[in-house]
Amino acid sequence: MIDVLTRMLRTGVLTEPGAGPEDSAPTAEILHNSLYGLLGRALSIRHVDAGSCNGCELEIAALHNPYYNLEGRGVHFVASPRHADLLLVTGPVSVNMEEALKRTYDAAPDPKLVIALGDCASCGGVFGQNYASRGAIANVIPVHLTIPGCPPDPVTILTGILKAVRTIRLTA
Amino acid sequence: MEVFVEQGELMQQGADLPSNVECRRLCVDREQWLQTVQTLSSSAARLLSLWGADDRDRDGCFRIYAAWLLPASVLVLEHPIDDGGLGAATAPSYPGLARFFPSARRMQRALHDLLGVVAEEQERDERGWLRHGGWPDNLYPLRRDADGHQSYPVVSAAYPFVTVQGDGVHEIAVGPVHAGTIEPGHFRFSVVGEKMLRLEERLGYTHKGVARRFQELTQLEGHRLAARLSGDSAVAFSWAYCAALESVTTTPCPGRATLLRALALEHERMANHLGDIGAIGNDAGFAFGFTQFSRLKEDLLRANRSVFGARYLMDYVLPGGVAADLPQNAHSTLLNVYRDLEAGVLAMRAIYGEHAGLRDRLHETGRLGREIAEQMGALGLPARASGVACDLRADHPWAPYDKLLQKLSDKAPLWPITHPDGDVAARVQVRFDELLQCLELCRVLLEEISSPALSGPAQRSVQAALPAAAPYRLGMGLIEGWRGPVMVALETGTDGAIRRCHAHDSSWQNWPLLEYAILGNIVPDFPLINKSFNLSYSGQDG
Repeated sequence: MIDVLTRMLRTGVLTEPGAGPEDSAPTAEILHNSLYGLLGRALSIRHVDAGSCNGCELEIAALHNPYYNLEGRGVHFVASPRHADLLLVTGPVSVNMEEALKRTYDAAPDPKLVIALGDCASCGGVFGQNYASRGAIANVIPVHLTIPGCPPDPVTILTGILKAVRTIRLTA
Repeated sequence: MEVFVEQGELMQQGADLPSNVECRRLCVDREQWLQTVQTLSSSAARLLSLWGADDRDRDGCFRIYAAWLLPASVLVLEHPIDDGGLGAATAPSYPGLARFFPSARRMQRALHDLLGVVAEEQERDERGWLRHGGWPDNLYPLRRDADGHQSYPVVSAAYPFVTVQGDGVHEIAVGPVHAGTIEPGHFRFSVVGEKMLRLEERLGYTHKGVARRFQELTQLEGHRLAARLSGDSAVAFSWAYCAALESVTTTPCPGRATLLRALALEHERMANHLGDIGAIGNDAGFAFGFTQFSRLKEDLLRANRSVFGARYLMDYVLPGGVAADLPQNAHSTLLNVYRDLEAGVLAMRAIYGEHAGLRDRLHETGRLGREIAEQMGALGLPARASGVACDLRADHPWAPYDKLLQKLSDKAPLWPITHPDGDVAARVQVRFDELLQCLELCRVLLEEISSPALSGPAQRSVQAALPAAAPYRLGMGLIEGWRGPVMVALETGTDGAIRRCHAHDSSWQNWPLLEYAILGNIVPDFPLINKSFNLSYSGQDG
């Protein structure tokens, strides 16, 4: 136990307070303040892999590391679409996932905010459309915002999430 | 002994097949296919992959290919089947392999889904594997007369899982959408109380028609799709693709680029191992482990961005070489990163080894015995953690690995790294040891890259031009990715087109092992066991 505590103390707090890797990009802290101002509470996200190559998943997972500390900033990834404010969808939609994606969308409460994350989700990417792939997420469910990139890095994802929340707040 | 003699003869009969490893190709008829498969099954051969092609436009045949890893080489069997003329009443068929090589079972189902060629088995599983009702039953997307472009409405049909009967047995259905940031797949558990009696996997949810898509790309574009077969193995797959193409065109990759590819591959291995060890800790309720390792992983990804230009190296390996050389300050940047990583990994290894709560969760959980692993044809990391010594870098070393082994100092363990226990703890331990080995290997690679022999203007090249490939030639690429071997079999078409490209991830072999490893464990340990394997859904689904 003493080793664990020592290592925790030595590691210290790594969450980036000001500038992220790119100076102008928002950090989790800015996101947190904006979210609180916009929603007055935490944001719940349900991630749905609609057929991705798992590259985008790696960068979503990176948002949980101590540098970005997303969970500590009031953005929570939930296990059920029924608890979600926002669906973060990756991949081109494989036909084998089409029904599952539609059902997940139906299960989410309003306002059913949807972000299509990554090149494939935005436009079909390198897979395109064929007998097994429907291409972009927008071909299957309504999408509010796309975040291109292959895969988009964590700061780009943060920027996108913030933008999407602002959009819905303005239209509400 | 007799078997080995026969095998030796087999290997002499075959013709050389262009590849980055020693590879032979043997064209056989039905009888010879049966005999050879039987001979192979009584030897140390491991089934690597099974695929097929529609060559009716050329010679009226379908072709079935199967590749085996032999102790010192790779054998590819090719079996042409005359389809009996277009519109024949019965589907073309070949003698199934599953009797001798159980890992062939799902591959045979997939081969039928895509090409409509049937494996002859006594009890054939007729359920679709990749086909979930998303396209018509009479459409076989890899047939050349099939319209693979069109979209079809989904017609969902029930999938009969094997049921377990008895007092108090009930089923738990999980997926395809899972409760976390992971890929989609379906798990059907039969349980009594908390104890798992049986797990049946249903995969194929992320099938994107990759094999068909390859045929729409040119040979010089294919690496981009290969890299995205399984994003966490981008370097391994794109290298395997490029190795296949370079072998077909007999283009040697420049020495410097070969070393850079290896450096990128080892970075990919480290990033995934760091992520996995942390996530396994997290699944055992040890959030501290997750925090520490996700931090170390992020440090490595940021180093990737500064020296390779991207956090994940989706388009770094290109036909003929790599996208760019290292920038000037890369050497010292990387050595600093390696030093910090090594200190972190060593400290965490001690903590993981001593933490009583964690030990309690990891030891004897999800045990996969060596015997089952060998019978089922396990490959890669899960095989090594069950005591099966197999690693392409050691068994079939290709450039630059063929020259690196002797350069590893005494500090690092030599590959393949194995562990006898086969439980979650063993899979964690192998990852720890491989991480330390990778760090040492990366230092050796950096030294090689900056050696005077490679610093002249001619040696600084990281890209070779590829001549046009002759049509209808087959080439193979085999790379040991972080999960295990990945394979690409590439057949060239005319005018720089891809006629057929088959990419194979070792997850095909290892997914069925998970069904064994969970036996007798409790349901709450499933995520932990699953994470310790961390197999690819997308890589398997294709």
